[in-house]
Amino acid sequence: MTAITVKSGDPLLEFLLRMGDNSLVLGHRLSEWCGHTPVLEEDIAIANVSLDLVGQTQLWLGFAGEVEGKGHSADNLAYLRDAGGFRNFLLVEQPNGSYGQTLMRQFLFDAWHYYMLRRLEHSSDRRIAEIAEKAVKEVTYHLERSVDLVIRLGDGTQESHALMQEALELLWPYTGQMFDADGFDEVAVKAGIMPDPAEIRPDWDAQVTRTLRAATLEIPQEAFSHKVAARSIHTEHLGYILADMQFLQRAYPGATW
Amino acid sequence: MGETETRPELDEVWSWLGQVPDPEIPVISLVDLGIIRDVEWLDDRLVVTVTPTYSGCPATSMINFEIEKALRGHGIADLELKRQLSPAWTTDWISAEGLEKLRDYGIAPPLRNMGEQVPCPRCGSLDTELISQFGSTPCKSNWRCKACLEPFERFKCH
Repeated sequence: MTAITVKSGDPLLEFLLRMGDNSLVLGHRLSEWCGHTPVLEEDIAIANVSLDLVGQTQLWLGFAGEVEGKGHSADNLAYLRDAGGFRNFLLVEQPNGSYGQTLMRQFLFDAWHYYMLRRLEHSSDRRIAEIAEKAVKEVTYHLERSVDLVIRLGDGTQESHALMQEALELLWPYTGQMFDADGFDEVAVKAGIMPDPAEIRPDWDAQVTRTLRAATLEIPQEAFSHKVAARSIHTEHLGYILADMQFLQRAYPGATW
Repeated sequence: MGETETRPELDEVWSWLGQVPDPEIPVISLVDLGIIRDVEWLDDRLVVTVTPTYSGCPATSMINFEIEKALRGHGIADLELKRQLSPAWTTDWISAEGLEKLRDYGIAPPLRNMGEQVPCPRCGSLDTELISQFGSTPCKSNWRCKACLEPFERFKCH
């Protein structure tokens, strides 16, 4: 089956793909832990969070397919686009690493996700507002859990503290991208579809500072932030994720249960 | 299609749906769970509006299948299942009867007026603690009773 390319052009479509791709890629990353986490409760929890994110992906990409108007389903968009067609943040495609690294990535994303969805509940697009209203109820649990675990592990043993600090320093440079706006964002912000990404920063900063302080972790003072010229540019990790996630549909086009 | 067939009363349709069990927690029905938001006739088409519990709940497609199976079994030929996201499903929509059935089944029901307290569904003690925010399904968390020492699941307030 030939790959699908969704042409950039419509800020609404672009926005929906960005939201959907973030949930999809992170949801897939989390699913990689299934059966491998350090304790049973965590295995169940992380699989549940993954499930929520993949469920939300269906809502975002399902709507994206309708807006695109070419008859593509959420599944088509998930399985048939190449890496350059994905619009997710670099943060969510980063490898799972240690369990602490996975939790730190989750926390940094959850904090953004929560405040983003809170604002999207007031989007001028009714369907977006409805999806956000649904998703934020789930993401509230995600954030509660990741805050709790980051504090417990940061303020835990010497070893867990060191691992969490290391994870924070590794992932920190990827967080700036969540607050950058490009031309698409600017149009979507003007239309009231989405909030200005920069507007989320103060809430995110407050949440992150509060949590990391309680976790006795040191916020990196490093101002360096990974910037990309376009959302289609990714780290090398995304290709490996897609090779795994898309294999079946690429090798056996149209296969169903 | 049914030339002279009469459309069943909506009350009757509701009572049929009230007999369809939730696939994950079969002691309560889909109506008890509060996910059937509306049932109406549009001419000869029966439109059933369903809202998902959690967006990734794998039971969602199973639920639609069960609704369709039950209504077709009662002779409904022209059926449409409509998905509604807003207002988002809340456990406040679980019927009083549904809450009782959950407790009898051993799942602590979602009771908002209890605040942080979660009574053990087996012995009723309030001396309980959270083990994990996530349980065997997205809608439940895992708890432990410190009085009778039994673990139990709680339907989360959502």
